[in-house]
Amino acid sequence: MPRFLTEFFKRNGILMGGLMLGLVLFWTIGLIILPQLSMLDFSFRPNLPPPEMGGPKDVYTLENYHHLIFGPEGASAAYNYIDLGVFFRTIVAAVCITIFNLILCYPIAYYLGQSRGNHVRIFALMLIIPYWINEILRAFALRIIFGQTGVLNTLLVSLGIFDQPYDFIRNDIALYAGLGYAYILLMIFPIYNVIESLDRNQIEAARDMGASWVRIHRRVVIPYAKPGISSGCTMVFMLSAGALAAPQILGGPSSLWFTQIIYQWFNDNSNWPQGAAYAVVLLVTCILLVMAAMRLFKVNMGDIGK
Amino acid sequence: MSRGVGVELKDLWIQFDDFVAVRDANVAVEGGKFFSFLGPSGCGKTTILRAVSGFLDPSEGDILIGGKSMRGIGPNKRPTALIFQNLALFPLMKVWENIAFSMEITGASAKARRKRADELLDMIALSDQGDKLPSELSGGQRQRVAIARALCAEPDVLLLDEPLSALDLKLRQHMRTELREIQQRVGITFIYITHDQGEALTMSDHIAVMKAGVIDQIGTGKDVYNDPATPFVASFVGENNVFRGKVKTVSGGEALISTNRSGDLLARISPANQGLLKPGDDAMLFIRPEAFSLSQSQTAGNTRVTARVTNEEFEGNAFNIFMEGDLGKQIKVAIPNLGQSFESRQGQTIALEYDMRNAVAMPAGPMATE
Repeated sequence: MPRFLTEFFKRNGILMGGLMLGLVLFWTIGLIILPQLSMLDFSFRPNLPPPEMGGPKDVYTLENYHHLIFGPEGASAAYNYIDLGVFFRTIVAAVCITIFNLILCYPIAYYLGQSRGNHVRIFALMLIIPYWINEILRAFALRIIFGQTGVLNTLLVSLGIFDQPYDFIRNDIALYAGLGYAYILLMIFPIYNVIESLDRNQIEAARDMGASWVRIHRRVVIPYAKPGISSGCTMVFMLSAGALAAPQILGGPSSLWFTQIIYQWFNDNSNWPQGAAYAVVLLVTCILLVMAAMRLFKVNMGDIGK
Repeated sequence: MSRGVGVELKDLWIQFDDFVAVRDANVAVEGGKFFSFLGPSGCGKTTILRAVSGFLDPSEGDILIGGKSMRGIGPNKRPTALIFQNLALFPLMKVWENIAFSMEITGASAKARRKRADELLDMIALSDQGDKLPSELSGGQRQRVAIARALCAEPDVLLLDEPLSALDLKLRQHMRTELREIQQRVGITFIYITHDQGEALTMSDHIAVMKAGVIDQIGTGKDVYNDPATPFVASFVGENNVFRGKVKTVSGGEALISTNRSGDLLARISPANQGLLKPGDDAMLFIRPEAFSLSQSQTAGNTRVTARVTNEEFEGNAFNIFMEGDLGKQIKVAIPNLGQSFESRQGQTIALEYDMRNAVAMPAGPMATE
């Protein structure tokens, strides 16, 4: 038995240690790894009616992945432009939402992390309380704000800024706002956590040496907050790329989110293997992107957990 | 040549809501000198330092650096560099980047920065440590890096906020000497904040002793130690025995004080208090532990005190004898250890004597609480 395990059992006792280890293993293996492996397995199989499963036709195939890239057999276009388009748009939009969220949340997190006193707790509470309302209701609330006859349009038209109501929903502004808003806390709190532990003397030392605010952030605060920034960005990116409720409710009629296509394969078309292949592609792409970004910004895996 | 720039505090008053942190401070720090503010924690000395560095605006009064008012000038525009109590080195930058940080701001090339950092590293005897992270250095090395980082900006005035307090005793004593040497080498003004009278006395040209926002005395280490102006200074700077009583007679610079339990004691009146003591006044008299000697036969002119020995201890360089004293405090006598035999006098009543030049009398007032 490796040393960390013996020590773990010595510290917690056989019974408690075994229970904790068992639960963690059940959670990671039973609830995460095995279902994902079965999804992976699904994605390489043809869509067969139940009686034929395990029969001679049930062989491994790449046809589900082929479908995403080249479209159905005998299609006129060379590539599956519709699904691929949605896929890239989803990824790009998720990246944009992440960047936008970071720009919006970093100052808030910095302010919260460096202020002392009661107002910080009140501020944090005001950020948290809206999240007591469930996601669907929050999305519909945004629909009310951004709708044709919504609060925003009424205001803008009555102020004379627009002649006629602007279609925020068709132009996806409502969707991006909704997705941005949905995960704002997951960006603020990891950054806030790190910045809170930043010694304020370091900021003052930099200022004393003549550094401007931009330089202080670039050289002192941001490098220090990098673990928080990367874990915030990772979560926001993964969750917005995989969001379903907000695109369903706030998306325009013509714009699909890639998760909605996956959902359609599973539910409307009852084609689990096809859905699984799409989901696997989304998952792998997201992980690769996150890892590439981590390499680019020199972030270690261990930092993400901070 | 911008070396040796003086700093002046003029009627400085700093107030936070109802709390007055600094009350009417008037200090003239001579250029190129090592000046210390000495006082217990919470006396306002750090507040003064933050005001000089520009992180805090005075409520009233002014701060002049090199004769120029610093009103409305931010910390990044002042010719000062501050060394923080916890040093505040940037943990993610290499040592040399830390040192040359101020040059990044002026837009110096990486090569020029590295060159200057290496020069400073040589000066602080850390030549090959430039590529390490601060966390890989020892406490004393980090200390020196903080000094080098502050000096890199070539400030006119270096401000130090108890930078030695985190070090262990031996290193602290070593760093005192080193700081003093660095100050003399670079020749700029050092303003040093400390609650440790040993640091203040060993390093400073001048010391301002502070109590609860008020500067009680400014002078050289010798002035402050030998001629304390107030009971607070007498009891805060170094160890002192206090005797309380009423003034019996005053003649010339001397006062005879009739104490509660030690009889009439003769003392000189410190320069700051000349003319302030009249017969009948409440007075305090301070005698250092090392100013007493065990009295075999009284030396002519010396004053004698008798008291009962309650405790004895051996401190290495001295034998300490504790006796029943005034104001609930013990009288402490330090007999230097010169290899002589020492017989215990526990429980006996013994006679001490002192030269009246080593006893200082002043009007009674609040003392430092340990």
